[in-house]
Amino acid sequence: MISKQFLITGMTMAVIGMIMSTLFRLQLGWQGESFAILNFFLGDKWAPDGILDPNMYLALVTIHGTIMVFFLLTGGLSGTFANLLIPLQIGARDMASGFINLLSYWFFLASSVIMISSLFVETGPASGGWTVYPPLSALPQAMPGSGMGMTLWLVSMSLFVVSSLLGGLNYVVTVINLRTKGMTMTRLPLSVWALFVTAVIGVLSFPVLFSAALLLIFDRMFGTAFYLSDIHIAGEVLEATGGSPILYEHLFWFLGHPEVYIVLLPALGITSEVIATNARKPIFGYRAMIGSILAIAFLSFIVWGHHMFLTGMNPFLGSVFTFTTLLIAIPSAVKAFNYITTLWKGNVRLTPAMLFSIGMVSTFISGGVTGIILADSALDINLHDTYFVVAHFHIVMGLSAVLAMFAGVYHWFPKMYGRMMNRKMGYVHFWVTFICAYGVFFPQHFLGLAGIPRRYYTNSEFPIFDDLLGLNELVSVFAIIGAMVQFLFIFNFFYSMRRGQRATQNPWGSNTLEWTTPVEHVHGNWYGALPTVHRWPYDYSKPGKEQDFVPQDVPLEEDEMDGGEGH
Amino acid sequence: MMTILIILAVLLAILTIGQLLRVFEASSKLNGGTSLLPTVAENKYQGRSMFIFMLGFFAFFIWCMVEYGPYLLPEAASEHGVLLDRLLNFNFAIITLVFVITHAILFYFAMKYAYHPERKAYYFTHSNKLELLWTIVPAIFLAVIIVYGLSAWISITDDAPEGSLTIELYPKQFDWTARYSGEDAQLGASNYNMISGTNPLGLITDGSLDQMMSELEAEIAEIKVDLESAPVDGMKQEDLTETLGKRERQLNRVRGFRSFEAANRASGNDDILVKTEFYIPVGREIDFKFRSRDVIHSAYFPHFRAQMNCVPGMVTQFHFKPTITTAQMKAKTQNDDFDYLVLCNKICGAAHYNMSIVIKVVEEDEYNAWIAEQKTFSETISPADESEETASIVSEDAISMIEE
Repeated sequence: MISKQFLITGMTMAVIGMIMSTLFRLQLGWQGESFAILNFFLGDKWAPDGILDPNMYLALVTIHGTIMVFFLLTGGLSGTFANLLIPLQIGARDMASGFINLLSYWFFLASSVIMISSLFVETGPASGGWTVYPPLSALPQAMPGSGMGMTLWLVSMSLFVVSSLLGGLNYVVTVINLRTKGMTMTRLPLSVWALFVTAVIGVLSFPVLFSAALLLIFDRMFGTAFYLSDIHIAGEVLEATGGSPILYEHLFWFLGHPEVYIVLLPALGITSEVIATNARKPIFGYRAMIGSILAIAFLSFIVWGHHMFLTGMNPFLGSVFTFTTLLIAIPSAVKAFNYITTLWKGNVRLTPAMLFSIGMVSTFISGGVTGIILADSALDINLHDTYFVVAHFHIVMGLSAVLAMFAGVYHWFPKMYGRMMNRKMGYVHFWVTFICAYGVFFPQHFLGLAGIPRRYYTNSEFPIFDDLLGLNELVSVFAIIGAMVQFLFIFNFFYSMRRGQRATQNPWGSNTLEWTTPVEHVHGNWYGALPTVHRWPYDYSKPGKEQDFVPQDVPLEEDEMDGGEGH
Repeated sequence: MMTILIILAVLLAILTIGQLLRVFEASSKLNGGTSLLPTVAENKYQGRSMFIFMLGFFAFFIWCMVEYGPYLLPEAASEHGVLLDRLLNFNFAIITLVFVITHAILFYFAMKYAYHPERKAYYFTHSNKLELLWTIVPAIFLAVIIVYGLSAWISITDDAPEGSLTIELYPKQFDWTARYSGEDAQLGASNYNMISGTNPLGLITDGSLDQMMSELEAEIAEIKVDLESAPVDGMKQEDLTETLGKRERQLNRVRGFRSFEAANRASGNDDILVKTEFYIPVGREIDFKFRSRDVIHSAYFPHFRAQMNCVPGMVTQFHFKPTITTAQMKAKTQNDDFDYLVLCNKICGAAHYNMSIVIKVVEEDEYNAWIAEQKTFSETISPADESEETASIVSEDAISMIEE
């Protein structure tokens, strides 16, 4: 199944990205000290005597970011769960176009392979940060990573955009056209709503990233000047004039901001399902949740400038973007409160998936509130490009979205493989990950407030930061432990695939349609006819019912109201 | 050898875990099998752990504040910085309150409502009242935050007031140059085609124009000579022809600058260029202008709560009024080695982490004394210019003396 392909590829890329982060955390925690493992992975050229080369440091942070945002949290998250959940939860035999689906995966794999291959070129992989702003990324003479490595990065990302667009179009068309009888839009599980809206956002915004990349390719290879003007570098006057690097920033962030919601919305959708199922309670405020998803999606297109407050653009624009960005906090807050209310007076089964979902809500709030500070252009003046920003986006993406992805894997593993993941290992995995991840990123707020810039090879160059070097060490220790426990998860994943406890058809007692398919996979998903839907997916603990759940395909009794109607 | 041993150890550990798991599963089958769902005991235990985690998390938060709070930035050293710190504290108060309350409730609920077979969950689908409540209340808080924040932003990003001291901070891979406008309070015209060893910021003055043109003409002549001896249709000929073209086009552009108004061409003469450290007077509004030579950099003045990107091809600006001298800040931080720094804050290449310039904030008279000592651009670019000038003055005097 394609979702498994996306998952395995995404996990593989994630492990590579994670190892990279442990490598550069070694340098950041113990500045300038020699580590044999650095030399083991990076060789004598990039880690001579076990000390990380500054250019390779920048390369590691760049590729770490690229892999995690795009390959894990976009390809891996959307790719896995959209392909798994959309056809099953809407009651369809398959995606609208199996062929386009196939292409979306193979483009994803090709993109991944090319990105990894860029690690091995002589001048090193792309190193201008995952945002690869020109002129730094346009000029090979500005840094070695802007040579062949950058070219490969652009090729890889172009293929990635193709993959995303193909997948996204498919998801949208499938949800609109292939819902089974009785499955109205307002009876869709929130996971499908989230994945659907995510796909719409992707289709609208990824082409702009592609255009940014294309113009960058032109500047690099065909002598154009979209992003370049008035540059004197490496002793040479460059003849390109009239362009502006700010154009790139606008194009990049026009995707870049919706991108983080492309990452976050599926995570929120998964969380809704896992929390409702495990709390044995309807998700609170189903319509408000849909409304929030739509509001977040719409607003996500008009906030991109908050990444550009200090580019020198007209301050009036800064005001506009502060306003719109602070608006987006409202639907986000509504969702967080709705999750908490879902738990209230519930009967909460604390499976590993549920723990991860609760962790997701916690980190969504923690990361979201620091977003309020950064959204304020005036406060961004002193916090932009410091560790405060690093802490914020890691907590919302590296924690929140990744925790939700884990929740999704634990929760739907029985559907994917017909077996259960080992619960005790799941608990260990959750607690060590949750504690270490907060341990890594929470202290970084303090580093940022102290004025420490990001993407610095070492923080020991300036005496004003010396008192905080110990904090860097603490962060690195948490990072290494947190990274190591992920191997427990990987072991659990592959071990349970073969030797996990066999699952029943509906081990979680869930209402959604994917649990009405047979445990063994059937082509076309159901034997015989497709299910007909009679009710919304959240009839958990409905009064007057024998069991504490009622699947969507169970007809309404006489005088019974569909819980999702009548608001 | 070590690596082989480590790999073996890891493999053995994995095998061990695998075997332990098989033992555990076999024994649990004897006990009647593990349930697919968490047991009541597991739920209770995990619920309690959630609550304890929350307590630990709050304790960690407090510990971080106590342990590392003292090492955050000292009080703001600029006028608007004080305003920003107040705004930041206001925001932090609100978000910390939200953070504490929501987390307490979230983790408490996880513990309190942990699964029990006797318990029935409450079928509570929605409440428009509650949704309105937590849409409107956050909206009100955010409205206050927006208004407060924007009023600060608008006042900070307003044009610099009259009488500001204009200073350009010019970054390149990997250092900064500060340029003062000199007596005429005007930063001289500049262009990247004029950059050379003696003219690192590319200022356009009569002196620098002459120098640049003669440098380029000499280089062009040299290339032409080399071209004659280069093998026909070889790589060398290709390279030299390309370079020749570039230099000739650059020379044409430079020649074009001669048509700048005389006033424009003169304004750069009294500019003062300084590296490593630069002085600014306390209590005076400083209007910083930024360009860049090569890639995007960013001028970050954390102590003054100021930052602005430096973009090649455009001029950006940021103004502030320093209120605490370097000496005063040394006393406040009880650190004799303290210095205000400008750091580069936009990834710019290998030495991005080590690209700074020191700012010395001093009393007005100390500043005046310092600036009087500095060489102007015309003085540094060609001492020969000066002697030419004195020569012509001498000859004029000689002529007038003779005439007398």
